[in-house]
This record gives sequence, structure tokens and C-alpha cells, in this order.
Amino acid sequence: MKKTMAFAAALLAASVLSGMASAKTLVYCSEASPANFDPGTTTGGNDFDASSRTVYSRLVEFKHGGTEIEPGLADKWEISDDGLVYTFHLHPGVKFQTTDYFKPTRDLNADDVVFSFDRQFNKQNPWNGDKYLPNLTWDYYTGMDMPKYVAKWEKVDDLTVKLTLTEPNAPMLANLGMDFASIVSKEYADQLEKEGKMADFSTKPIGTGPFQFVDYQLDSVIRYAANPDYFKGKEKIDDLVFAITPDATARIQKVLAGECDIAPYPNPADIATIKANKDVTLLDQAGLNIGYMSYNTTIPPLDKPEVRHALNQAIDREALIKSLFQDAGATPAENLIPPTMWSWNKDVKTDTYNPEAAKKVLADAGLKEIQLWAADRVRPYNPNFQRAAELIQADWAKVGVKANIVNYEWTKYREEGKKKDRPGAFQIGWTGDNGDPDNFFATLFACSAIGVSNYSSWCDKDFEDLIQKAKKTSDQAERTKLYEQAQVIFAKEAPAFLLAHSQVYAVVRNNVTGFKMDPLGIHRFDGVDKSE
Amino acid sequence: MLRYLLNKIALLIPTLVGITICAFAFVRLLPGDPILAMAGEHGVAPARYEELKEQFGYNLPIWEQYARYVREVATGDFGVSISSKRPVLEEFKTLFPATLELSFFAMIFAMVIGIPAGIFAAVKRGSWFDQSLMGTALVGYSMPIFWWGLLLIIFFSGYLGWTPVSGRIGLQFFLKPITGFMTIDSLLYGKWDAFRSALSHLVLPSIVLGTIPLAVIARQTRSAMLEVLGEDYVRTARAKGLSAARVIGVHALRNALIPVVTTIGLQVGTLLAGAILTETIFAWPGIGKWMVDSIFKRDYVVVQSGLLLIALIVMAVNLIVDVLYAVINPRIRAA
Repeated sequence: MKKTMAFAAALLAASVLSGMASAKTLVYCSEASPANFDPGTTTGGNDFDASSRTVYSRLVEFKHGGTEIEPGLADKWEISDDGLVYTFHLHPGVKFQTTDYFKPTRDLNADDVVFSFDRQFNKQNPWNGDKYLPNLTWDYYTGMDMPKYVAKWEKVDDLTVKLTLTEPNAPMLANLGMDFASIVSKEYADQLEKEGKMADFSTKPIGTGPFQFVDYQLDSVIRYAANPDYFKGKEKIDDLVFAITPDATARIQKVLAGECDIAPYPNPADIATIKANKDVTLLDQAGLNIGYMSYNTTIPPLDKPEVRHALNQAIDREALIKSLFQDAGATPAENLIPPTMWSWNKDVKTDTYNPEAAKKVLADAGLKEIQLWAADRVRPYNPNFQRAAELIQADWAKVGVKANIVNYEWTKYREEGKKKDRPGAFQIGWTGDNGDPDNFFATLFACSAIGVSNYSSWCDKDFEDLIQKAKKTSDQAERTKLYEQAQVIFAKEAPAFLLAHSQVYAVVRNNVTGFKMDPLGIHRFDGVDKSE
Repeated sequence: MLRYLLNKIALLIPTLVGITICAFAFVRLLPGDPILAMAGEHGVAPARYEELKEQFGYNLPIWEQYARYVREVATGDFGVSISSKRPVLEEFKTLFPATLELSFFAMIFAMVIGIPAGIFAAVKRGSWFDQSLMGTALVGYSMPIFWWGLLLIIFFSGYLGWTPVSGRIGLQFFLKPITGFMTIDSLLYGKWDAFRSALSHLVLPSIVLGTIPLAVIARQTRSAMLEVLGEDYVRTARAKGLSAARVIGVHALRNALIPVVTTIGLQVGTLLAGAILTETIFAWPGIGKWMVDSIFKRDYVVVQSGLLLIALIVMAVNLIVDVLYAVINPRIRAA
């Protein structure tokens, strides 16, 4: 008996010890310091990784690794037939995180949802302006046109919220899955306001997400712990650490040395090294982006589609992509939207390389000189505008068109480029916000975007009708058909030369499971596990 | 001495005014509109643009913006970061100890190796040691910091696994800052393993940051030493029959160190410039990395005030060097 007792005690001790030893820590080498932890006020992907995707949740969420919408804090929702009223039913019993700086006394309710949005537009809300933080601009809320579309947010009862729109806008649901739409705690906000410590709202976050904030050492380390009350169940990882490592090569060395488990954005030059290492895996995915070159379709002879097609045909796109993206690779673009996005039309093909045919059309059109624009900035969809311009210049020279390269600093570049009378071909690109095709088609080529972000000054009635109709239709199958037709028109009219969708990479140690690349460019740690 | 000091301080005032003008002008001379830069690819509607311009004070005439800036700085208000919304001075205070700690160790590394190497090269003038040392110093002086840092990381951390890749301390140590100096804080907490971890994290960045000062100090020590070794009093000392060690260590070195001290002081500027690259490579949370991040984020307030604060520090150090110089070399005070 004694022996059995001793054995049981030893077993107990062993299990307690092993339980202690197995506190799992996942280290993510992030690329930059977050501006702060309030996702309504920030704009960077690194800000969102550190706040909205770890600490917070939203009414609806993007499917992990995709752009489809799935339930989040709202279990279900109804959209009225006229597309104007959205009714959300909240998941009951969702708890805000309990930390040493906040102890919630109630569960999440409709007040929190209404407050989360109200603070972003209502000038009367004390959290909208300087009282909270100086020079707040709420960039995403305004950038996604929320003030134009949202008429009001209302609490129906504790677990029901009603959103009324000014006009039907199908992408709204996708907007609500975006980072700026993270749901914050009104109770916490009230507490801080009473204590006169409103700025703490952005440095000590409280949400309903998978991890809760523990500590941030400026520009160095962020620490989180698994939220024990997470409404989708506690995460398998106990502690999550962000080791802020801005240099790409150092970041990869840290993964290889086992100092961190996951790191995003390796240098293209390091990709061969990573592939050769057997302790780590390189994950990749076509990014939610497009690199393209807009022709000003209002200035002759670029107003003729055949001339634009000819310019496209004169470019050896395969060689161009290889030279620009090198080992990192990129998916040649056939449509404006990437193949990972719903409604991508697989039957549409863009122009193929055919300098002979191009030469004749361009000679007939009398096009001898053209301006070719290049910015000084590295963008995810185009790592080197200048190099691209030089290669395109050489290709066009072969068909008898002399391209004069125009350079500007990035901000000035876009300022000049969006002018209606800007001549020639303008290299630009786009990274999607919410995975909705509208975010590409309407943002970049709607008639109303001329002078803002429609760098082709292209306004095609058929295309416009289709994308406006798709914007007002709630049914996704119906919308898909409309966007597929829009892509056919786009290919026929060729307002732009489509380059590529760049690949996005992350390096993960092999003992990590459940980490997925996200087309939206976010890094999520819910569902991630690690073995010793 | 007091007159000398006051004189030096008076000279700082025009420099200071110049720096405020430069910091202010640089940021405004940068191409591109700060508001548009903040808006990113989305662009910003014209009405909203005007609203933001007013909010940030960019609608005022340029001289009025400058006057406002000087008034604020004079009252110790260095503004609020556009991106993080925290006071710039507060961020600076949080981050500066890290830069100071790194610079201190880099300087120790540069002096401990540079001064003896310089002395030895001077004494053995013309020998293979002298030749190769001066050659190496030239290489060190021309070393691109960025490349050098990555090379050391890949070799010592990646290939050999001797040193950590980057950061200030192992992630298993979770120390709330007391002084902000990781080596001191770890000792205050009484954690030896944390102290060792902090030291090991200092090795590579200190070498990288200290390389250029090391080269400069070695060369300066050598030439100062050579000059002094030719002086009459050294010959006298030798003639008295003093040992070579005593002649070099006491009579020559003391005098040779005067220009070296000035050089070391002047290296502070080099250190802060080098810190920008070193900190970025080694993910060192100091003011260098902070400035780089802010430039990329177009956080003009941080860039402008950060420049000013760094310039103030360089000026303060130069003043201290001038004073020290006067203390060790009485001839200066009279002049």
C-alpha cells in the first residue's frame, strides 16, 4: 500500500512538473513595431497582427487562409431584401479578457458593438478626437467609405444589433471582417474615461480574441497569454511572443537558429537557403495584390483599345516577371483580381507576347513616343518600378516606340499620376483590403474613381453598370456572374497592362502546426500549435 | 576656466538655432505631401485633405509653422508621434538607454583594442605588425556596417551558433525595466543568467558599432604617439635611463592621449549615425531604429524632433569633451 501511495505521489509530482514544463511559448519574429494596439486607429499589417488578429474579434471573420466570410462574434445575420438593413445576432456569453488592468463585470453585448463603430465617426463621441489621442484620422473607416454607406447602428436588445445603410452595398459584410471593425469593450472605455486614462485604451488593449495582452517593451518584445475565456475555446499555445526584428536576413537567421518559430517576408535572396534547410518550411501564397500599368485612355492614340492591346503585346511579360521577382516568383496576372479571390474568371486571358503584330498596329496608329512612369519605391506587387520601366522601354523600342521614363518620389508620383490629363503609361498596383472583388474593380476602375485611384481615367459604361449592380446585389452567386462579365470587358478594353500577383512568404519551423498563410496578408495564431 | 566654459556654451547657441532650422526644413523639403503620404494607396478625398491639413497645422504660412515649432520645443514640447500618438520625448526616454548601453560597450570595445594597438604600432613603427594593423584599420574604417553586421550574424550566430542573432536579452527573461540598461537591470533583479544573456546579446552589435571608432582610435593613437615619441622630453626621459615601459606608459602616453580623447569625443556622432544601421540589423530597440522606422512611416514629427534631440546630445558630448580637454591640457584654458 505504501509503495502504491509513493508511486501515485511520484506520478502526481511528475505530471505536475511536466505540466509546468509544457507551458508552450510560440515566438513570432514580426517585421516592425506596432504603432499602437487600437486597430481602429492604425493602418499597417504589422499593427493588425499585433492587435486585431490576436487580442480582438469581429462580428464576422475571414475564413482562416481564405477571403470568404464566416461567423465571428455574430452567430448569424439577416440582410433585408432591399439590402439596406443588416441584423446581427451576437454569440451569447462572450467574455472580455480579464487582466491586471481590467476586470469585466458583464459579457459582450450590443452596446460594445455600437460603441466600436460610433467612436470612429461620431464627433460627439469623446473617443473620436483629441480627448482620446491627438490627431486621430480613422483612416480605414473613412478609406472604406463607411461614412457614406452607414446610416446608423442600433441596439435592438442585448444580443441583437441593427445596421442600416444609406444604399445597398454588398461589400459591407467583408468590411465588417476587416481589422478596423474589431469590437472593443465599452465597459473598459468607460472605466478609463472615468479614471482619466483614456490613452491607455491604445496601449493596454482589451478584446474578446484568442490571446490577451501582457506586456510591450517598446520596439522590442510584445507578450501575450492565451485567453482562458476565449469563446471559441482556449488556444493550445500558452504564451505568444512577438520578437520585433526589422531586418529580413536577421529574421530568417533567427528562425534557422530556433530563436523564433515563425517569421514573415524573407528576402528573395534567402529563399534558396531556407529551402535547403530541413528544420524549417517555406510557406507561400499568391498575395491579394496586383501590379499593373495604367494607360490614360482619354488621350489619343491611347484612347483606342487596339493601341493598348498592341503595347501589351509588345512586352515580353514572362521575362519581365522573372527579372523583377527573381527567386521569389510571382503569378502572371490574367485578370485584375488574383486567382485566390472568388469570382476570378478562369476563361479570361490577357494579351500574349506578339511583337510582330504589335509593331504594325502601333505604326498604323502613329505612336512614336510615350511617357513611361516609374516610382522610387519597393511595393509588394512590384519590387522595382525603375527596372520594370527599363525592360518595358527596351521591349517597346523593338516595336518602334520610344519610351521616356518619368520618375518621381512615391507620394508626388501618385499625386501626378492620378491627374486626368496625365499622359502615357503609369506603373502602379494595389493590395486588397477585404477580399471583396469590389475592392479591386470599383476602387481602381469605377468612373467615380477618376482623379482618385482610377489611373487610366477609364470610364466604360458596360463595365461600370456591371460593377455597380454587383455592389448592390447581396447574393454572392449573382455577384460572381456580374464580376465574371466585368472581367471579360476589362480584357477586351485593356485599360491597363496587367503584370503579376506577387507571392507572399513566411518561414515556419517544422514543429509548428496549424499556421496558415492568409491571402489578406494578416498573420493569425489562433489554431496554431507547437510540439517540442 | 569659467570664461572658457561660458565661451563654449555661447558658441552652442547659433548651432542650436541652425539645427532647429535644419530639422524643420529637412522634413519640409522631403518631396511629397505628408498628408498624402499618410493616406497611402487609398488616396484621400479633397475635403478630408483640407480638414487634415488644418488638423496638423500644415495650412499655416511656413514661418508661422516654424515659430510654433520653436515655441513648442523651447517649452520642452517635442510633439506627439503621428503614428503611435505617444509624446516623442517619452518614446525617446524609453529608447535612449538601449542606444546608450550599446554605444558604451561599442566604445569600450574600440578603446580596449584601439589604444593598445595604436601604441604598439607606433613603438614598432614600420614593422609588419604596424603595416598590417594600419591596413586593417583602413579596412575597418571603410567597412559598410550593414554588410559587416549581417556577415557576423550569419557566421557567429548562424554557422557557429555562439551568439544570439538579435534582440537585447533572451525572450525567457521578462524584466520590467528599472534603469532601462539591460545589464544593470538584470543585476538589480539579481539574475545572473539574465545578465549573461544581456552580455551575449551585446557582443555582435558592439563589435559592429565599434569597428569604425576602433579604426579611427587606433590610427589616431599611433600618430599621436609617434609625434610624442619624437619630443625632447621623451628623449630626456630615455637619457635618464628610465625603462622603456615607463617612458612609453607614463611620459609619452599621457601626452599622446590628449588628441585621442578629443577623437573619442568626436566619435559620439559616428556612434549615433552607426547606431541607426546597427540597431536595425540587430533589432536593438534604441533611437537609431526608431528614427529609421519613423522615416519609413513618414512620421515627420518624430523625425524632426528626433533629429533635434540627437543633435542636442552630440552637442552636449562635444561640450563635455571640450571641458575634459581643457582639464587634461592646461594650455587650452589660457588660449
